[in-house]
Amino acid sequence: MKRRRPYLFFLVTLLSSVITIVTLRAQGTDNTDKELERYREMLDDPMANPGYFNVDRGEQLWATARGKKSVSLETCDLGKGPGVLEGAYAELPRYFADANKVMDLEQRLLWCMQTVQDLDIKDVLARKFGSEGHTSDMEDLVTFIANKSNGMKFHLSLSNAQEQQAYAIGKELFYRRSSLLDFSCSTCHSEDGKRIRLQELPNLSKPGVDAQKTIASWPTYRNSQSQTRTMQNRLYDCYRQMRMPPPDYASDGMTALITYLTKQAEGGEINVPSIKR
Amino acid sequence: MSHRSNAKTVLRAFAGAAALAVTMTYGGLSAGLLADPLTEKDTPSAATMEGVLKGMWTEVKSGWEDRLVQDATQKTCSQYRNDPPAAEANAIVERETATIVMPADGNVLGDWKQGEKIASSGRGGQFSDPPNTENGGNCYACHQLSKTELSYGTLGPSLTNFGKDREFDLDAAKAAYAKVYNAQSVNACSNMPRFGAHKFLTEQQIKDVVAFLFDKDSPVNK
Repeated sequence: MKRRRPYLFFLVTLLSSVITIVTLRAQGTDNTDKELERYREMLDDPMANPGYFNVDRGEQLWATARGKKSVSLETCDLGKGPGVLEGAYAELPRYFADANKVMDLEQRLLWCMQTVQDLDIKDVLARKFGSEGHTSDMEDLVTFIANKSNGMKFHLSLSNAQEQQAYAIGKELFYRRSSLLDFSCSTCHSEDGKRIRLQELPNLSKPGVDAQKTIASWPTYRNSQSQTRTMQNRLYDCYRQMRMPPPDYASDGMTALITYLTKQAEGGEINVPSIKR
Repeated sequence: MSHRSNAKTVLRAFAGAAALAVTMTYGGLSAGLLADPLTEKDTPSAATMEGVLKGMWTEVKSGWEDRLVQDATQKTCSQYRNDPPAAEANAIVERETATIVMPADGNVLGDWKQGEKIASSGRGGQFSDPPNTENGGNCYACHQLSKTELSYGTLGPSLTNFGKDREFDLDAAKAAYAKVYNAQSVNACSNMPRFGAHKFLTEQQIKDVVAFLFDKDSPVNK
């Protein structure tokens, strides 16, 4: 995907979205679903998607020599051989023999930075989530790499014991109720056709279309945050809403949860970066 | 409840038999073909999960440690995926009922206008909230209440006309107070938070919410 100039389109989209919401609020329940659908269609317009700036930055960063070894990440093995990007994201998380653990893309990238480049990742972690004036290397790299699996379908083989264990732990975490409001992931994501306020909630407790559409649309450019966010960030935000402390970025537990969710999305066609509210 | 559980048990037995047949037929062919590739025997041990949680939350700020620890009810509900067997469900209802503290003066009706604000607020208790943020009940996240509020969730049932449908009966209001205080005193493993038992909402806030449900002037009953 070549660089585009999305800002004008983006502004138009944003303006239309605001008008849509105002209209929606004025019209009452009959048109609510229809208007929400229109709003989403507009958000899906790739010409208006600033997430492609992350793709471009990620592409450059992937090829930039960094760290004490002063090499790029181009020999990093994301599971399909050193430097192979096409389709790598569609099969992550997976077990990596060299690290002897199951890793998602973000965990694996940090591992490559440390082993391939001998890079001090302190600064990378400090900017793990981009903010105004601070781009995130992780969000750029993940968006670039995930984009290389566009049109492909998620397939996790879960062919060895470690991957199966990660899936089982992820499932356990999905149903684990705790904290001040007794929430777990399943509180919001285990029934079909539910909403929180006006936001539709995908049922992630079973394999199928909901999980496929949801998981295969991350990373996504989030209008409300003006940043492109990854699955690690989405889960961090879920735990915030669940009144839990912030979970450790790229920890084994997060990878396990992502393994479970991605397995639910088996067969889902990747199309990223998407745009969401 | 017990009918539902019985039916589910029967269904599970069938599903179990079917799964076994599939396993025997296609054993080891491809885990990916099955809806749920792992069976109960693969459930991670408590020790494994403890290790996972420790590694997932290495820096927990002071006072937040308890949020990682499950109480007995949370543990049971997680284990049974919110559908506990009858004996466990009864134990939960009994234990949670015992937590309820009704207002000393017997009055469960506060200020419905305050209640409406509490129902609309999803703030409080999040690591992104500034200190001393007043907690909200966020009722609208899951329930329809006032007919004029279109932005409501559907995780819980619609509560429009709640008081009116109950003829503004005081005992019904007290039952509502108990339910908001601890939803699992009514339904074991309910998705609804135990607002009073967790001290997430104060007694006054719960009274206000109950008034929002029961006051004749409340938009819930208009």
